[in-house]
Amino acid sequence: MRGRLKIYLGYAAGVGKTYQMLEEAQEMKRQGRDVVIGYFEPHGRKDTIGRTDGLEFIPRRRVEYRGTVFEDMDTDAILKRRPQVCMVDEFPHSNIPGSEREKRWQDVQVLLDAGIDVLTTMNIQHLESLNDQVWRITGVRVRETIPDWVMQQADQVVMVDLTPRALLNRLARGVVYPPEKALEALKNFFQESTLVALRELALRQTAHEVEIRQVDYNSPGFQAVPADGDVTDEPPRSQERILIVVTADPSTAMLIRRGKRVADYLHADCFAVAVRTNWDRLEAASGERDAVERHLNFARNLHIEARLLGGHDVAKTVVEFARLNGVTQLFLARLSTGRWPAFGGRNLVQQVVRLARDMQVIIVADRSKQQAH
Amino acid sequence: MIPTTKRRSPEEILQQVQAEEDYEKRGRLKVFLGYASGVGKSFRMLDEGRRRHERGQDVVVGAVQPQRPPEIEALLSKLPVIPLQVVEGVAVMDVPAILKRHPGVCLVDGLAYDNPPGSPNHSRWQDVEQLLEAGISVISSVNIQYIDDLRERVARITGKYVSQTVPRSFLNSADEIVVVDAPPEMCITRSEDAEADARASSQAQKLSELREIALLLAADVVDRQLEQYLQRHGITQTFGAQERVLVCITPRANGAVMIASGRRNADRFHGDLTVAYVRQAEISADDQSALERNLAIARDANAHIEILDGEDPVETILQFARERGITQVFVGHSTQERWWERYTGTPLDRLIRGADDIDVRVFPH
Repeated sequence: MRGRLKIYLGYAAGVGKTYQMLEEAQEMKRQGRDVVIGYFEPHGRKDTIGRTDGLEFIPRRRVEYRGTVFEDMDTDAILKRRPQVCMVDEFPHSNIPGSEREKRWQDVQVLLDAGIDVLTTMNIQHLESLNDQVWRITGVRVRETIPDWVMQQADQVVMVDLTPRALLNRLARGVVYPPEKALEALKNFFQESTLVALRELALRQTAHEVEIRQVDYNSPGFQAVPADGDVTDEPPRSQERILIVVTADPSTAMLIRRGKRVADYLHADCFAVAVRTNWDRLEAASGERDAVERHLNFARNLHIEARLLGGHDVAKTVVEFARLNGVTQLFLARLSTGRWPAFGGRNLVQQVVRLARDMQVIIVADRSKQQAH
Repeated sequence: MIPTTKRRSPEEILQQVQAEEDYEKRGRLKVFLGYASGVGKSFRMLDEGRRRHERGQDVVVGAVQPQRPPEIEALLSKLPVIPLQVVEGVAVMDVPAILKRHPGVCLVDGLAYDNPPGSPNHSRWQDVEQLLEAGISVISSVNIQYIDDLRERVARITGKYVSQTVPRSFLNSADEIVVVDAPPEMCITRSEDAEADARASSQAQKLSELREIALLLAADVVDRQLEQYLQRHGITQTFGAQERVLVCITPRANGAVMIASGRRNADRFHGDLTVAYVRQAEISADDQSALERNLAIARDANAHIEILDGEDPVETILQFARERGITQVFVGHSTQERWWERYTGTPLDRLIRGADDIDVRVFPH
């Protein structure tokens, strides 16, 4: 049987994710379960370090990279030790180049496949589909991301909540970072409005994660108790199908993230297509081809079925494909203003809007602009 | 989109100064929000009191629940307590004694309790209001089943209907709100007994629904706080975590489909729905009645309805959308393209082009 995954979700460093995870690990140990620490990041926080007392550590793996020795989680050693439960801090971490797997979340998949339960921590900023929104709120482009489907596979997502004011107090008392680093953090990330917005994102995401895990209303074993005699009808399962139009445009990654997020929330099917126009003839198109391939692969990594279609006219090909496949919503990126055509010409957005009159067309916002404070 | 600082009138500035002064004098309210008994909200409240006490703050316990597990007793033994008074067989918080003692922070559990008839305040949350006005900060905890506008929904899930409530507005006024998010047990044990399994899974389902309500309630309160914060600092909000859908209707628009879709999107994202109409001069009687039908649909969908005035409908909609922090605009397809629009672009083209940081969803006619 596959192991179970539990994620402790926070919205900033210092809210107490690792602490709460360790509390639970201790509790499990008291109940007689075989718990080990696969990876722990102490950050010099005394309270948190104190909570590891009595728990077994699996020694880290030492890797040399470009003349420096780094330490990382030793997945093989954990597999060999075979505990029932393994605690893994910092889920979105990227492994040292040259490691067997690129990302720590992939190592966690291996542990789960081996039947080991995993407890792990992450902040909301690292969820792939929120990447652009987080960039707007914080001005930080987060590079280490967790695909949404990985979070959806978790058996549980728990919000570790602390109010921004309490967090700022902790920071001021030096609990989170040493003084120089704390000052730096206060200037950037740890502004109250930023923290409040991130916290709201985390609360809403946790609520969403709770909702999608709810058993179907109609399943046996659940009977709603209507207080006023009304029978609450659950809306029928969505028949929506979303198609994302992939191009070489740099805004495509943002489009894919947004399309996937909407699809998840609407419980809609989600596909992506790109159109190969005259790549074979044009040498100059190789850059474009690479970009399109990259974007299609990005979509596949987010578990979106992605395809490359042949055709001369992008708008026509996409709309026909959409019709044939019963698509109800077509997602497109807006083009940067410079790409709007001169008098009389029409760009892709305009062409698709005119052709696809029997379905909804969504032109996705440019969320790449940074929010000024 | 760059936030702008609004120019304000002297009256507005004075009002703000007054509001800030009142805010400074008032005690701070912090609430731990739970979704079921036993998630540990009272413990979290008392534990925070203990930590503040150890850091040298002047903390007293004003009211705790009558039944107390050992870990709660242990915390209580470390804190000064102002005992409850018993009036006509009902335990009542001793407000005069607390006011006299005037601590920095007072811990108050059981917010929804009613005081006996003839008491100065009807409910305990009003006692708390009095402490806050006197400049005493309060840390409290409450279960979502006692929030007035959630009571029905929670009762539908739990089958238990409570008679005493705390108004939502009181919760909205809290300076800080914390969700105590202890999820239902990780390992629901599978047993041989199918009936017990069904009971356990039904219980887990109910808890999960309650948990979702609590998280969304906290998110709403937090969203309000973000708005207030940005207002206090004169920033027009353009970002946030909440989805806000704006459906633009015209007499000819397929209002029923657009509004239903808007409602569904807003609900799925737990967001907000507004339906707007830009007033047009001289519309036919047919159009007028079509418009009214669409507005009636909007009312039924429980949307905020806005009638906007402006020379240029596209600009009017975009400006309104920016002011309200709209994240998705829903529009109908322009009916007929006129020959010159081939060169100037249709209103729809202009809307799409102008809405660069908002999603535009175009509906077929």
